[in-house]
Amino acid sequence: MAESGGGGGGCCPPMDLMRSEPMQLVQLIVPMESAHLTVSYLGDLGLVQFKDLNSEKSPFQRTYAAQIKRCGEMARKIRFFKDQMSKAGVLPTEMLGKENDIDLDDVEVYNEDTCVFIFMDMFVNIFFLAFQEKLEELEAELVEINANNDKLQRSYNELMEYKLVLEKAGEFFSSAHRNATAQHRETESQQAADDLLESPLLQEEKSSDPSKQVKLGFLTGLVPREKSMVFERILFRATRGNVYIRQTVVEEPVIDPNSGEKAEKNVFVVFYSGERAKSKILKICEAFGANRYPFSEDLGKQAQMITEVTGRLTELKTTIDAGLGHRNILLHTIGDKYELWCLKVRKEKAIYHTLNMLSLDVTKKCLVAEGWSPVFASNEIQDALKRAAVDSNSQVGSIFQVLRTKELPPTYFRTNKFTSAIQEIVDAYGVAKYQEANPAVFTIVTFPFLFAVMFGDWGHGICLLLATMYLIVREKKLASQKLGDIMEMAFGGRYVIMMMSLFSIYTGLIYNEFFSIPYPLFAPSAYDCRDASCSEATTIGLIKTRDTYPFGLDPVWHGTRSELPFQFIPQMIFLNSLFGYLSVLIIIKWCTGSQADLYHVMIYMFLSPTDELGENQLFPHQKTVQLVLLFLALVSVPCMLFPKPFILKKQHEARHQGQSYAPLEETDEGLHSEANGGSHGHEEFEFSEIFVHQLIHTIEFVLGAVSNTASYLRLWALSLAHSELSSVFFEKVLLLAWGYNNVLILIVGGIVFVFATVGVLLVMETLSAFLHALRLHWVEFQNKFYEGDGYKFAPFSFILTASEDE
Amino acid sequence: MYGFEALTFNIHSGYLEAIVRGHRAGLLTTADYNNLCQCENLDDIKMHLSATKYGSYLQNEPSPLHTTTIVEKCTLKLVDDYKHMICQATEPMSTFLEYIRYGHMIDNVVLIVTGTLHERDVQELIEKCHPLGMFDSIATLAVAQNMRELYRLVLVDTPLAPYFSECLTSEDLDDMNIEIMRNTLYKAYLEDFYKFCQKLGGATAEIMSDLLAFEADRRAVNITINSIGTELTREDRKKLYSNFGLLYPYGHEELAICEDIDQVRGVMEKYPPYQAIFSKMSYGESQMLDKAFYEEEVRRLCLAFEQQFHYAVFFAYMRLREQEIRNLMWISECVAQNQKSRIHDSVVYMF
Repeated sequence: MAESGGGGGGCCPPMDLMRSEPMQLVQLIVPMESAHLTVSYLGDLGLVQFKDLNSEKSPFQRTYAAQIKRCGEMARKIRFFKDQMSKAGVLPTEMLGKENDIDLDDVEVYNEDTCVFIFMDMFVNIFFLAFQEKLEELEAELVEINANNDKLQRSYNELMEYKLVLEKAGEFFSSAHRNATAQHRETESQQAADDLLESPLLQEEKSSDPSKQVKLGFLTGLVPREKSMVFERILFRATRGNVYIRQTVVEEPVIDPNSGEKAEKNVFVVFYSGERAKSKILKICEAFGANRYPFSEDLGKQAQMITEVTGRLTELKTTIDAGLGHRNILLHTIGDKYELWCLKVRKEKAIYHTLNMLSLDVTKKCLVAEGWSPVFASNEIQDALKRAAVDSNSQVGSIFQVLRTKELPPTYFRTNKFTSAIQEIVDAYGVAKYQEANPAVFTIVTFPFLFAVMFGDWGHGICLLLATMYLIVREKKLASQKLGDIMEMAFGGRYVIMMMSLFSIYTGLIYNEFFSIPYPLFAPSAYDCRDASCSEATTIGLIKTRDTYPFGLDPVWHGTRSELPFQFIPQMIFLNSLFGYLSVLIIIKWCTGSQADLYHVMIYMFLSPTDELGENQLFPHQKTVQLVLLFLALVSVPCMLFPKPFILKKQHEARHQGQSYAPLEETDEGLHSEANGGSHGHEEFEFSEIFVHQLIHTIEFVLGAVSNTASYLRLWALSLAHSELSSVFFEKVLLLAWGYNNVLILIVGGIVFVFATVGVLLVMETLSAFLHALRLHWVEFQNKFYEGDGYKFAPFSFILTASEDE
Repeated sequence: MYGFEALTFNIHSGYLEAIVRGHRAGLLTTADYNNLCQCENLDDIKMHLSATKYGSYLQNEPSPLHTTTIVEKCTLKLVDDYKHMICQATEPMSTFLEYIRYGHMIDNVVLIVTGTLHERDVQELIEKCHPLGMFDSIATLAVAQNMRELYRLVLVDTPLAPYFSECLTSEDLDDMNIEIMRNTLYKAYLEDFYKFCQKLGGATAEIMSDLLAFEADRRAVNITINSIGTELTREDRKKLYSNFGLLYPYGHEELAICEDIDQVRGVMEKYPPYQAIFSKMSYGESQMLDKAFYEEEVRRLCLAFEQQFHYAVFFAYMRLREQEIRNLMWISECVAQNQKSRIHDSVVYMF
């Protein structure tokens, strides 16, 4: 564990993670002409968190509102390109591995593609305008091509529909004709000859005199299928039933000429009589978006139309294909540059947003920036400022100065890929106050350790290790691609999982469990079997491997440094005299192999401290020691309760006697303690309130000491559950299957065992152990000392803005 | 079960209530309006709105913008919210949500019928319709010549059909007829909605009846003012008033015989809740009346959010959003036409 912890802090001194970076409030005065470049360089550096000095101004009243609008417009154009590309199925060319490069040495990338950027700021606008113009041109071209294409496509689709109508309606008419002639023959044989009827519709009027026949008109067209029923109904109602409608389903979806989308449609033929009905039907057709097409009854004409339409269709097809080809070429050229443009626009926008946070000097010649930066970055920032001034040929350099402030600086931990996941775990609970002791340091070890106590099985540990090693070995590759939600999570925590699995192997070895089966790995059992109970003997045989164990066990007594001393010492005494004593007892018990009942010792230490210990005696004078400890614990309770309110009161009174006008350094202490005292240390000083607060605090601590310690029992419960569950799977599945002496059953049993092991033990148990370890850290561990009410350092950085947008 | 909604309300409607309260938090605040009022052009408005819930709806609109685009996109947001809610709703809330649409349906029907009467293009008219009030065969309305046809052809399939029972005449449509039809339909709609809410009971009934009564009374006042000096007889006028609300029945009797705005005022001032509205106006003025009513309505709608476990929040949210879109339209128009001094004439602040 020591190596892995050290490996994590490889690049920086080991205690860097303990306290957050010292921060300073800096003021930059930047001449207008080099402002853009300066901010751009600072963004590359990513170590300054700018303060918004214009928060009272609305977005469009700020200095660079116009530029931001332009960026928004450009971003919109790029989105339009993307939309068009995805519609045409053109993929933007990946910037091969460049996104990785940005992580490592981001400055390089930008210089390469944006050499124009270098000579900027007076050129910025020119360059910017050129870029904007280029985008505009491309958009206009694309829009024009699209418009042309749409027109062609529209007529193409219309012709397609027309063709369908011709085919379907033609079918209908010819079948009707056939029916009519067939029927006609029938009637001819029955009756005397009658005039030829064109369709069975007219059958009803057959009895009437043919000369009186009303000439029926008809309309043909296509109507969307989902509206066809309503269409029919409305037509029927509108003409009071004096229509005849035939609809035929078009099997394949038709592209609607108006919307350009695929739709299921029906071909319809409507017969009507009279002009009034016609105008009504026309209106209804229009209302339903039913496209009408002229149709001739004459078969010869029909055939002619069909050939004509087919001819025009092929013609149009070639034109459209040519247009599409042209468009694809254009889109491919856009696709090549797409990623780069995206990056460029995003970067520009970020720069202008930052510039908007700076306040304009009265002379309007320079911008004033204020922001937080880590102290170590001063040189780098100054260097960036100088470079910007030189590169932009500015007459005057920028001014860098550190401001004094009472504001609480942001919290910034320099993490690496190993520590970042653990820092995330702590930050999820609360961001450390500035320079507060960071629980992440302890968490690196205690978290995987607590996990492992619950997940102790070195077989499972090895499985977990293999899985996470896969993630770590392929780290570079996986980091550059998009993973699923869950996968992303596992990948982000890969080093935590690695630590967890290593510790599981370690505790697994202590528990001596390999998929729930004990192995005498390190030595033959120390105890010979005197009787049948051999299982206990194997644990004692492993004493040697426990060297580091007592140091990792109980995180509770570490690092309560950030509390006030007068509160801190009694708490330490209280905790250590009770539970520290318990820990010592545990160690003594291990070392001596005594049979003493520690529960009994602890409980009777309170109930009857004067009684003789009998067989529970672990060391000489134990009774006296216990009495002293108990006394200490009891005394420390009022010590926790009383001093703080009184000291605070005294401090408050002292300050109001005019002694607060001391130099800053000294009041810092006062401020610090005041801030620690809670939220009510400002102007009003309510003694009773502080006292009640302290009372609550004390009760909480004393009760918490017991209940939180009891809460650690979950370690025992979960480790028991884990080992029981895995032995159940082993015995009831694998051994049972083995017992049948049947290959088939053995295979089935094996499969069930593997799935149960992976699904339940490796995945679900890992999760539950993880959650419990998380709770133990957040609730039981961190509430002892961790304030966690700081705010995170959020520097202006292109790397961060890039990842946010995605 | 009045007072016991808390027991069961969340089983079906808890999720949606949470959603609608979340939506409410997205409504523009007075600070937003103050910023919007300072805009120089429509692009500024877009820029400001991009930081609100409307952002994603406007971001792909190319400059230069038009007021209609802004309104259209903002309405789209409302419609999307509504669709999301109605998809998730179970009975009886889905019916309740449907009821909210009917008012828009009536407006759309009237819009199309009036439009065709003045020989406008149907397609153009349909684009102007409120998307919440759309139904399948809406375009077919253009075919109808009189109300009987209107009903028989199209509206019989829509939920509006029952409201038509009172205005089935064979007279040809004209502007007056249509206006009467609109008000008759609205009357029937409000009464039906009112009855439905009473049936739901509980806090919903209590709050909704208050809101609907206000709506009915406002319509009564508007009908009265608009019909002064027209051929509408007193009896006909009285028929258009909804049969509930604070003014029903005695106020209606008095309103029906009013001959000018000051008489209306005299009637209304007898009712304490409306006294405040009228006391803001000088005698003989009716210009500011609309705004005064809108402000009062918004105040009441906002109060609906103070209580939990009832459906009125959905109604209130939809109404507030609509008011917000009206505000945005007014502001955009003023900005576009350089009439910034008039912005405050019609904007109703909410929170």
